Amino acid sequence: MHYATASGTLSSVWLLIAIPLASAAILLLLGRRADRWGHWLGVGSVFVAFILGLVYFFALRGLPAGPGSYRGADRTLFTFLDVGKLKVTFGLLFDPLSAIFVLLITGVGFLIHLYAVGYMADDPGRRRFFGYFNLFVAAMLTLVLGDNYLITFIGWEGVGLASYLLIAFWFDRPSATTAGKKAFIMNRVGDVGLLTAMFLMFAAFGSVSFSDVFGAVGRAGSTTVLMLGLLLLLGACGKSGQFPLQAWLPDAMEGPTPVSALIHAATMVTAGVYLIARSNPIFSANLAAQTVVVAVGAFTLMIGAIIGCAKDDIKRVLAWSTVSQIGYMFLGVGLGGVAYALALIHLLAHGFFKAGLFLGAGSVMHAMNDQTDIRRFGGLWRYMRITWVTFGLAWLAILGIPPLSGFFSKDPIIEAAFNRAGWSGWLFGTAALVGAGLTAFYMTRLFVLTFHGPKRWTDAETPGGPAAVHPHESPPVMTVPLILLGIGSLAAGALMATPVKDWLLPVFNNPAEETASHLSTLTVTLLTLLVVLVGAGVAVALFRTGTELVEQPAGPVVTAARRNLYGDAVNEALFEKPGLYLTRALVYLDGKGIDGLVNGLAAAVGGGSGRLRRTQTGFVRTYALSMLGGALLVVAAMLVVTLG
Amino acid sequence: MILTQEALKLPQINYVALSPMLILFGAATVGVLVEAFAGRGRRYPVQLGLSLVSLVAALVMVVRVAHTRELTAGGAVAVDGPALFLEGTLAVLGIVALLLVAERSLEPGGPFVAVAAVTAGTEADRVQAQRRDAGTEVYPLLLFALGGMMLFVSANDLLTMFVALEVFSLPLYLMCGLARRRRLLSQEAALKYFLLGAFASAFFLFGIAMIYGYAGQINFAAIHEAIQSSTNDRILLYLGLALLAIGLLFKAAAVPFHVWTPDVYQGAPTPVTAFMAACTKVAAFGALLRVIYVAFERTAWDLRLVIGGIAVLTMVVGSVLAVTQTDIKRLLAYSSIANAGYLLVGVLAVGGNGNHDGLASSMFYLVAYGFSVVAAFGVVTLVRDADGEATHLSRWAGLGRRSPLYAGLFTFLLLAFAGIPLTSGFTSKFAVFGAALASGQAWLVVLGAITSVILAFPYLRVVVLVWLSEPGENTPTVSIPGALTSAALAIGALATLLLGIAPQPLLDLSSRAAEFVR
Repeated sequence: MHYATASGTLSSVWLLIAIPLASAAILLLLGRRADRWGHWLGVGSVFVAFILGLVYFFALRGLPAGPGSYRGADRTLFTFLDVGKLKVTFGLLFDPLSAIFVLLITGVGFLIHLYAVGYMADDPGRRRFFGYFNLFVAAMLTLVLGDNYLITFIGWEGVGLASYLLIAFWFDRPSATTAGKKAFIMNRVGDVGLLTAMFLMFAAFGSVSFSDVFGAVGRAGSTTVLMLGLLLLLGACGKSGQFPLQAWLPDAMEGPTPVSALIHAATMVTAGVYLIARSNPIFSANLAAQTVVVAVGAFTLMIGAIIGCAKDDIKRVLAWSTVSQIGYMFLGVGLGGVAYALALIHLLAHGFFKAGLFLGAGSVMHAMNDQTDIRRFGGLWRYMRITWVTFGLAWLAILGIPPLSGFFSKDPIIEAAFNRAGWSGWLFGTAALVGAGLTAFYMTRLFVLTFHGPKRWTDAETPGGPAAVHPHESPPVMTVPLILLGIGSLAAGALMATPVKDWLLPVFNNPAEETASHLSTLTVTLLTLLVVLVGAGVAVALFRTGTELVEQPAGPVVTAARRNLYGDAVNEALFEKPGLYLTRALVYLDGKGIDGLVNGLAAAVGGGSGRLRRTQTGFVRTYALSMLGGALLVVAAMLVVTLG
Repeated sequence: MILTQEALKLPQINYVALSPMLILFGAATVGVLVEAFAGRGRRYPVQLGLSLVSLVAALVMVVRVAHTRELTAGGAVAVDGPALFLEGTLAVLGIVALLLVAERSLEPGGPFVAVAAVTAGTEADRVQAQRRDAGTEVYPLLLFALGGMMLFVSANDLLTMFVALEVFSLPLYLMCGLARRRRLLSQEAALKYFLLGAFASAFFLFGIAMIYGYAGQINFAAIHEAIQSSTNDRILLYLGLALLAIGLLFKAAAVPFHVWTPDVYQGAPTPVTAFMAACTKVAAFGALLRVIYVAFERTAWDLRLVIGGIAVLTMVVGSVLAVTQTDIKRLLAYSSIANAGYLLVGVLAVGGNGNHDGLASSMFYLVAYGFSVVAAFGVVTLVRDADGEATHLSRWAGLGRRSPLYAGLFTFLLLAFAGIPLTSGFTSKFAVFGAALASGQAWLVVLGAITSVILAFPYLRVVVLVWLSEPGENTPTVSIPGALTSAALAIGALATLLLGIAPQPLLDLSSRAAEFVR
């Protein structure tokens, strides 16, 4: 695979990264001096990047389609590494795949930046927040624009850093710092996968650039390709919160809500999907690797949906929903062929409606004194109409009700899963279908408990009781982004379904996958709609009248779901405990064995030094004698060595 | 008749190639005249200007003749890569040390005695200690010493080398005795250095006699020939070589000829100590390298074991003794002894493939170490109380609180001595050990690494003392250095950093220069 060299407008594509990066540097370096206007600089830089993104997008559309009707512009900036046989250039690749990511990141990013101006208005660290936020945007753009795995990895690490900084943004809360560290460490596990994949690429192909690697995949042995696929998948799982590295994502909700919306819902967590989509030649070349991706996706979408049903924290439900929805995307990119494009369309649609859901949740929290427990909401639709409507649109979108965006993006993935060849098509298709029903259930539960039913909060001061709340609609700087995202939820799916597919398909330039036709499109659509309506109906029936304010005893399945299906317990038993014991053993060994040895040696040296010191008497006669002795010794040694 | 004609024929002398040392000797002579004829008040600026100008001129001339590769003055002096490289090094380090010597803002009149002839401890001595000016003999002495050192590293026969040895040694003895405070200690150091130096010179001279007896020549190239062709008893050769080496190893402060080092380093005025630690090392090792590489290359295999043993002893004794030192100047003295050991490791890469690398890396080491050590002693001159410099380590406790900048600077230099990466200490050790490994001296490298670990302990002890202890009541203040000391510290620290981060240009330069003419 070979990319054309960028020219004209597209040769300045590096500005996309440079502008937010410069803004982040200004905000973080100027310190308090930038407190008064810093947030507007942050918003402005992302807006400029969005406009630039549009300009580049249209420039790319205007390019003549290259060989194989593939558009793409490669801009090499400078030689980044030149060590031995490894030569890595700092090069950017602007092609249809990175173009839609650029638009998503800067577009949704701009709206969320704008929203954050209002959301963080009372926070003393708002400038720092925007500095980190801009850093994130720059890193994320580096990730999707890199023309080789190393540059992508730099962005990959950059977004990890920004994510860590933002999760732990309120660093005076122990839970936030713990969540930040958890996210960072679990991401490192995934990063090892990506790093090792790069080592393997260098060993096998002598390069880490996309064009070289993808060009050489066809000649590589199947074991190498499988290993590459699995390692890349490990990296993707870490960043995207997929099984078995899903536990950090819900905890990441400790950060401010705009962070959850931008990083942990719309963009960063989809980096894994990007990685697999970008590496499509590797995955398409190995059926086993693809099957693993599909299995991970299907499994994760199920556990995400199941756990989502049992959570009572509005942001945690949305977080597990994110885990589950990314599971759908993994399912899609794992299926290969046309489904690559389907997964990316779902990614875009999800970016809109999930950002809308998170921002809506933030608006609700804003109104409710930062309360996040949906059992203590209820009847809010009367007090915050805009939030209610936009949240409702996003809710219908994620359910997949026609004609909202989820219908156009999720249903085709379910259909593609059913049509996978062999018995596995039935398995994965059913999983996707059941997941859709569960999604309908927990999202409806969330919506009904929050906005409808009896109010379970109090607006009158009661001594000893919970504090009074006076729900109110958020200021325009927050509602305008909500409205825009609501429109996105409403219309994006229908608008994108066909053109984006045609736009993207040349990227996944591979022979059509072998598909079966287990079920027709109409059957799948009707089936999905039925399952969704059943799930939503059950939720409405159960929660129309509100719910208890505290957790009720429940059967084993619900308890397991409340405990995140014991994912944390497994991590603790498998990694944390053995790690602790190993550390203790090493500390003991270090203390008794190594330190003992070292201290003994040090004592010996010290003692020897003390004795030797006495030879330094200060008398010149002693010195002369010692020199004479030394001279005799040297002469004798010389004669013995040479003549003896 | 023919004989006399031959004897009377004047040798060809390339004055341009010799100009660096000629400039220094000339300026030193002018300096003596200044002492004699200029008024007391005018001498300081005149001498300082003269010294600086002549050193810079010498450096410029070194650069201008950089491509000369020849024997001149009838084969008595070699102007070749190593000679010019080391002459340049001496000039640069000499300038930095001169800046320390000339500093007068730290105490009234500077660190040098006003009237050297006054008996120490008398009433007249107390009067001279209060004077706000100081003697300026030190400047011509410094120039003589530097000129002698330049001749020492380029001498191409044994007698020239001996003359050069004396030319640079005698001024050094005097300079050691010129301290304004603690004059008895200073004079004792000077006398010790002189006595032991004379002792070592005798060994050197005796060695020359032996080798002349063996080879019938004193010229290095002729000795090189004679070792192959001479039929004389080889005992003469080895005896002579051993005695010659003793004289050189004394100047290099290698064990067991190191005993003078701590006492002299402690007693001498600190700027002079800095000068000796940097420049004497360059001169001694420059001559040692030339003698071994040019004259005695054919005995390299026999030398290896003996010099290797001395290298090991030097590294071990230097590092072990550094552990229990309680005076910062003595600690740095033992550190300089241990560094002599590391340099010997580089010298021992002689013979075979390592020949060139050993020479190049040793020269690089000399430059790197010289800058660091001058800066380190420069910091020592700053830590003072009412009685002058406070060099006892207990007085340095908590110095980091008093003056983070200079404590940080000193810490950086100590880390450089310990060979921590990103400092020149790391790159220079790496180069020397690498060359030794390439010529199959793995055992020396292993011992070098072990002693480096031992040596890291006293350095880090100082670091801990400076940063982690509470300042005591009698923790001295750190004086604000004048422009001259600041410049010296900045140059030294910057070179230490630069040679640690980007050593390649100097490594290339030393590598290009690393070829003796015979």
